[in-house]
Amino acid sequence: MKYLDEYRDAGLAGKLAEQIRRTATRPAALMEICGGQTHSIVKYGLDELLPREVELVHGPGCPVCVTPLEMLDRAHAIARRPEVIFCSFGDMLRVPGSRGDLFQIKAEGGDVRVVYSPLDCLKLARAHPDRQVVFFAVGFETTAPANAMAVWQARAQGLANFSVLVSHVLVPPAITGILESPNNRVQAFLGPGHVCAVMGWREYEPLAARYRVPVVITGFEPVDLLEGILMAVRQLAQGRAEVENQYARAVTREGNPEAQRRMFQVFETCDRAWRGIGVIPESGYRLRPEFQEFDAGRRFEVESIRPEEPEACISGLVLQGVKKPHDCPAFAKECTPQTPLGATMVSAEGACAAYYNYGRHLVRHAE
Amino acid sequence: MPNDFTLSCPPPFTPRKTVVLGHGSGGKLSAQLIREIFLPAFDNPWLRKLDDQAVISIDGGRIAFTTDAFVVTPLFFPGGDIGELAVNGTVNDLAMSGARPVCLSAAFILEEGFPLEDLARVTQSMARAAAAAGVAIATGDTKVVNKGSADRMFVTTAGIGVVPEGVEISASNARPGDRVLLSGTIGDHGMAVMSRREGLEFDGAILSDTAPLDRLVEAMLAAGEIHALRDPTRGGLGTSLCEMAAASKVGVEIDARLIPVREEVRAACELLGLDPLFVANEGKLVSFVRAEDAGAVLAAMRQRPEGREAAIIGEAVAAHPGMVLMKTEIGGTRVVDLPFGEQLPRIC
Repeated sequence: MKYLDEYRDAGLAGKLAEQIRRTATRPAALMEICGGQTHSIVKYGLDELLPREVELVHGPGCPVCVTPLEMLDRAHAIARRPEVIFCSFGDMLRVPGSRGDLFQIKAEGGDVRVVYSPLDCLKLARAHPDRQVVFFAVGFETTAPANAMAVWQARAQGLANFSVLVSHVLVPPAITGILESPNNRVQAFLGPGHVCAVMGWREYEPLAARYRVPVVITGFEPVDLLEGILMAVRQLAQGRAEVENQYARAVTREGNPEAQRRMFQVFETCDRAWRGIGVIPESGYRLRPEFQEFDAGRRFEVESIRPEEPEACISGLVLQGVKKPHDCPAFAKECTPQTPLGATMVSAEGACAAYYNYGRHLVRHAE
Repeated sequence: MPNDFTLSCPPPFTPRKTVVLGHGSGGKLSAQLIREIFLPAFDNPWLRKLDDQAVISIDGGRIAFTTDAFVVTPLFFPGGDIGELAVNGTVNDLAMSGARPVCLSAAFILEEGFPLEDLARVTQSMARAAAAAGVAIATGDTKVVNKGSADRMFVTTAGIGVVPEGVEISASNARPGDRVLLSGTIGDHGMAVMSRREGLEFDGAILSDTAPLDRLVEAMLAAGEIHALRDPTRGGLGTSLCEMAAASKVGVEIDARLIPVREEVRAACELLGLDPLFVANEGKLVSFVRAEDAGAVLAAMRQRPEGREAAIIGEAVAAHPGMVLMKTEIGGTRVVDLPFGEQLPRIC
């Protein structure tokens, strides 16, 4: 497959791994930000190719994992309403709220549908004028432009039966949070390739300079990740702390200005709670006041739903890269994808689920 | 961001009280239904084997017996339709015991308002498929339900076949050292149906691989000693290998680079965020073959059109019983595990 096979090439991967071995002479903890990167690392067994000196720490970039319980419970309250067609990206369906998940609501008669694009919801809204079509707008900066476009078009088309429940989160405030934490041991970041395809990398430059930490904007295929790791390790070896771009085929310094313009017409930044982490200031998007008529939270009056989360697992520490999934005593025992105790075990992108699905043999060896 | 992190996490998952779609996916939820509801109720030595068919001894001969229900949407898809699927599916479940299929039953649940023209089309397709597989549709039943009580049409077929003397095939018979043989490309059927459902268009249309496999099995049996056979339908190759590893208490090691996947199927899977290992097939088999015979069996498979792209993709080992490991494209290793329920597309 063109544009993919060359990034899954065993020969090239081997050469990069060899260069990493030669460059990484001291221990280095690198954090990959995105759940998609974590997924690739474990799916392809990339960490086996790395020298002992290089440790990969998995970051908070799994939108499913960090969506707070209160947003899930609000989503589920809306999805239970008979007049609602509730639309979501696929992997949100299995995330448990206080009372079950969207699959359960579907089984109980709720109209829950998986969509690949929020724009599909507009088609649904036009086809079902007697129903309320609600889209669960989660994700990082990557999904924000399309979600903004859906709201923008709904207003342009006068679609009164469409609304969005917004739970967007942003990467740079999360990186700041990790670097400010007294527990932090991350020495370099593999930056979020797809987020930066939208946002560019300018906003990472002050982070790299202020905290003296290398940031390499990195893609998602095995060769991308190995090259990103090599670039990060090289910066550490040379005592540099810069933003570099491994994912040049998709990312420019300025990002996609057209997408950004549309996002900022529709969304504004706000404080946001991250599941397992807590509230991070200015770390999310909400609808601007002029688009509030499309706010499903208001329309269905679910904003008073504020459940308390009981303490149980270490997903917060996993999301911050302080702990590895198999450091948790419940990992692969009480906590499995079938019976997740924490959000990181639910999504395929969650570090715990990725370890469970693809990397359990490593845990056995470690025991 | 708080400096002393208060850890929070969702409440423990409550066991489900109702059926969800994942219970029909062939993954862990399906296995749970079988283990917790069906097995305790029906418990008997045939069912306990958890094969796709029961092999029953009657008066010194052995009969393979199986049943399967078909609920595909859309009814007509590129490369086939529900009728052809219903015949080939049951023929193949019989063939996976090494049996020669003899005859099938067909039961139809029809929704009020379903066009007779479509019914005739499905029926003719079943007749063609039965003729191609050399089986008779010997008995049947029809029920009609109110509009809204079924999705157009559901078909159930059952079948019987004769197991030749000396043939001992079961998902629990794989042994360490056996070679794992796959009869061709994976994911074709699932992606043919899904790309039609999602309205995706590709350069080359993806066609379902629906086909009867009884003659392929016959050719394999003549060429060597076959220990285990399965047609990786719902849940795909990954699910079948996990089930066979667990049933036979062997480890399985496969190599991703040896598994044939059509270019269009790979592309469609990439687009939809799915893993071809867990996508359905309707005309493929995976088998565990005695190591000494693997070459001869592979050659025999490649002689037949339904096995032309057959490949040896790995072997059974004594280590890590019940676990399937896969060498990845770049030389790493990963676990291949039973999917939980439906494969879900990821957000990004």
